[in-house]
Amino acid sequence: MAHSARRDSPELPDFSLLKRLARDQLVYLLEQLPGKKDLFIEADLMSPLDRIANVSTLKEHEVDKLYKVEYKPITSTSDQLCFLIRPRIKTVKWICDVANADKATGKFRRYKIIFTPQKFYACEAVLEEQGIFGDVTTDEWAFYLLPLDDDIISLELPEFFRDNFLAGDQRWVRTAGSALHLLHSLYGPFSKVYGIGRCSKMAYESWREQVAEGEQRTRQAEIGRVFLIDRDVDFVTPLCSQVVYEGLVDDIFRIKCGCVEFGPDVTSDKSVKVMLNSQDKVFNEIRNEHFSNVFGFLSQKARNLQTAYDKRRGMDIKQMKTFVSEELKGLKQEHRLLSLHIGASESIMKKKTKQDFQELLKTEHSLLEGFEIRECISFIEEHINRQVSMIQSLRLLCLLSITENGLMPKDYRSLKAQYLQSYGVDHLLTFANLRHLGLLVEQQPGETLTVMESKVGKLVNDKTAGKLTDAFSSLARKSNFRALSRRLNLVPKSGEEYDLRVPRDMAYIFSGAYVPLSCKLIEQVLERDGWTGLEEVTKLLNGNEFAVTGSNGADSKAKNDAQRIILVMFLGGCTFSEISALRFLGREKGYKFIVVATAITNSSRLLESLLDNHV
Amino acid sequence: MMKSKADEEDYWNSSKFKAFTFDDEDDEFSRLKESKQAVNSIRRLVEEDDDEDDVEKVSWSGEPVGSISWSVRETAASNQRTDREPTFPKINTDTPTLSKSNSGYSLSSLFKGKTKGGNFQSFNDSLSDLSVRLYAPELRKPKSEYKDYVSDWSPEETIQRMQQGKAFSLEKFRSLQDKLLLLDFAVSAHDGNVITAVLIYLKRTLGKEVLFRELESRQTALRHLIQYLTETRDQRLLLELLRSLCRTGPCTTGREHLSITDENKRRDFLKSCLSLPFSPEDSAHVQDHFTLLERQIIIEATDRQAERGGKVEIFQKFPRRASILNMPLVTTLYYCCFYHYTEPEGTYSSSLNIRQTFKISEKQYFVTALAARAKLKAWSDVDALFTSRNWLGFTRKKSPLSFQRVVDILQKNSAPTQVLQDYVALVDDAELRISLAQKHKCHDIVINTYRDLKDRQLLLGYRGKVERGSAEERKIDELLNNPRRSKKGRRRRRRRVGAVPTDHH
Repeated sequence: MAHSARRDSPELPDFSLLKRLARDQLVYLLEQLPGKKDLFIEADLMSPLDRIANVSTLKEHEVDKLYKVEYKPITSTSDQLCFLIRPRIKTVKWICDVANADKATGKFRRYKIIFTPQKFYACEAVLEEQGIFGDVTTDEWAFYLLPLDDDIISLELPEFFRDNFLAGDQRWVRTAGSALHLLHSLYGPFSKVYGIGRCSKMAYESWREQVAEGEQRTRQAEIGRVFLIDRDVDFVTPLCSQVVYEGLVDDIFRIKCGCVEFGPDVTSDKSVKVMLNSQDKVFNEIRNEHFSNVFGFLSQKARNLQTAYDKRRGMDIKQMKTFVSEELKGLKQEHRLLSLHIGASESIMKKKTKQDFQELLKTEHSLLEGFEIRECISFIEEHINRQVSMIQSLRLLCLLSITENGLMPKDYRSLKAQYLQSYGVDHLLTFANLRHLGLLVEQQPGETLTVMESKVGKLVNDKTAGKLTDAFSSLARKSNFRALSRRLNLVPKSGEEYDLRVPRDMAYIFSGAYVPLSCKLIEQVLERDGWTGLEEVTKLLNGNEFAVTGSNGADSKAKNDAQRIILVMFLGGCTFSEISALRFLGREKGYKFIVVATAITNSSRLLESLLDNHV
Repeated sequence: MMKSKADEEDYWNSSKFKAFTFDDEDDEFSRLKESKQAVNSIRRLVEEDDDEDDVEKVSWSGEPVGSISWSVRETAASNQRTDREPTFPKINTDTPTLSKSNSGYSLSSLFKGKTKGGNFQSFNDSLSDLSVRLYAPELRKPKSEYKDYVSDWSPEETIQRMQQGKAFSLEKFRSLQDKLLLLDFAVSAHDGNVITAVLIYLKRTLGKEVLFRELESRQTALRHLIQYLTETRDQRLLLELLRSLCRTGPCTTGREHLSITDENKRRDFLKSCLSLPFSPEDSAHVQDHFTLLERQIIIEATDRQAERGGKVEIFQKFPRRASILNMPLVTTLYYCCFYHYTEPEGTYSSSLNIRQTFKISEKQYFVTALAARAKLKAWSDVDALFTSRNWLGFTRKKSPLSFQRVVDILQKNSAPTQVLQDYVALVDDAELRISLAQKHKCHDIVINTYRDLKDRQLLLGYRGKVERGSAEERKIDELLNNPRRSKKGRRRRRRRVGAVPTDHH
């Protein structure tokens, strides 16, 4: 399991620096409001804040009481209030209400808003409108990047996806550029940037401008290459069920900011919050493994542990003393972790057995392969009829649509009608959103050709299929999954045995059924040092690809380690499965990948962000 | 595969190799259980020692807290090594919407005849004919008149300053042309924050007709405004904007609809929506929604009264957990199958009537009725659902749903093993049947199927799973001891046994 890494794999840069910088800046900002103050923290900033500072850090800087922003009248009696928030209009409005209520009762307080990672003019406009501008001081806490692990950095901005891709709001583009700029100035200079997607292009431009504006310094680069990718380049991957341990844990228990809460069903005691990262020795060895390998590993571990404990027997006092002082603590730690992960695996197994997971996976694999589509449709239909999880049904519908380049009009109407009957007509909005994003669409009359083309494609060789694809690519924006899959060999031929214990490619993260498109693109571009030879593929992906070299790119061509440290930025979120796939690729090719994501996502989070039945 | 006695070897088929499945409770799972036991057994000995060094505190940084002074020093040190860095080339991020812009004020057209500063297009021209661009002669004021301005930034410079968070002022952009120039530069800078800021200024200083008209050809800016109005909950202006764009799709009305909580108002609102230009398909959904809500209001009123009256048995035995108002159609159907199953088709609350009115598919109706009747443990109703379609007079069970699903639904509604067994036996596929039977402890079916498969290993294995001394154990023993009772089947190495005829869809 502990894969033997290629011996020449470079070391990862130390990202704890990012935490220190963020913490120091926060401390500095708190000191701008001297004296005792109460601090209000936006709910979704609590966990990120926890990762870089703790209560005593805040107390040291005269923070008296801590509150969560709850959009209710406040009870604080302090005469200084500090608000640590995301730049959201709703929250700013609430602060205005607080301040105006104070004014009405003649209470005088000082207010300070700290926006993170930046403030927006729209928020200031609210302060102005509400007559609070000037009564409140505002600041920015440039907390762009939270390292979640040695190789994962998150912007912790889940709303990035909806704002950018659904609403078409580019407010976070500069944020992404600034995050990149920060990494560039601390771990750069980068020598090569590749990317694909409209947002990637814009983020690149924003970063480039910021580099040009600022004061520069040269240093030994730690990160040489960068790959930017938009989430909408590949929707298939995040919509698949995750079967690699870390992804599975995320799908089932929801990992929040690198931390998961295991309930009594796992611990058979009270709930416990556990940090999941490379410091957890047991987790570190199973996180990237296909779930089927996890049992074997855990059993082996349990046996080894038993043996280690058994050593005590027959020890004399002196030996016992060394055992207790040197080994026991480690063993105890391992023991605790082991029983947690065994409990988690057991709970996963139970839950998955209950919901016919095996059948669900079979359906997904058929969809990826384009095989027995009618059966898949009736499976999805039954899912809907039985009112099984609303999100799950939606996920399957989207997967069907993307892999088939849209649903046939008859199927689309019937499935949509049944969906609305089962889960409520409010979902008309959801369907409008999904259509807008191209996640769930009806085939246009002209597109039936594409269906034919994909069928023909199966019969003839790749070259002919490619030509056929060319002929049709002038049609409206489509997912083109089938054609991409053929061209990039994403779906291995069925019927071949795939040994999940000894993965041969990135497909292992989906039980050998599918190589994630996003990661395959990264692999190909790195191999070719650009997009040359991938013209057909980029055409199928609606273009927007780029590969640029910095002016000193030539001299840094010299084989240094930095060139093999590659930063991959997912705009709109990244799944744990993709991270596992990249780690695998890194081990194979002697790269080290650093994943920067606007947020960690999975199928549920992705689809939930597109629902509209709140308001 | 382990072999048993040589002479019996060829009687028993070998166990089929089984790949890992998530349904597989046997091997891997029991291994896991063993590991768990092993770990648990040593727990005692761990805990006897001392305190808990808890897992929650595991942090990966472990680095001591860096001080502010440290950070300051670091920054100072790094600044000494200043030098130019590799510069990166600009890439084309032009969005198609910008170049497609067909407004008279598109960015490119403005570049043609102009220099920065105050250029004015004749107001009449812009209103009368947008396609013909006539630029008024330079009306630039003499330099001296500018001296009162603190700053004289061009639209482009202003946008740049806004991006960098520097001081700026928008007040001097008073002509429509300047305002639009400002907007177009903001859009081409791809900074949503700045685009929205300019839009807020435009919204304040332009009439909405003018603003809406100009936004029609500026999709990116338009989407930012929609998002801003949504966020500030400026419902009124948002609706006006969308209406002016003829976008009365689900987005507009949907949001409005969701904000109405009173069911009667909601119904009236829906009625008013029926005339809106939805796509024919969506308007059918809205119509259905309206009919359903109407119906729910009637049912709710009647049932609430019946429940309060305390005379109707079913409401006493199974009090309603929530009101049926605003529930999805299928939930309503379930409700009617639960509380009003026996009612004649003429009533509003009859399940058959609901089925008819909303053209619910056979399968959907079947699934829902099955679940509702099973929940009530009305097994005769359940049984009737399968046999009612029997037109030839046979008592063969038919189902629009695979029996595997039927079993699943029954089991989720906690049907007893006796009931489950009948339906498990109807599952066509032998492997599936076994796994279902195992899951639901229908021992007879498992044993019979293994017997038919002639799998000694599996039978032996299953012996350990049934209760000691039970009838099932005796049956297995009998089979294991007398395999040749069914000698005739020996040569026919069948994987699957003859299945009960069922009707699959």
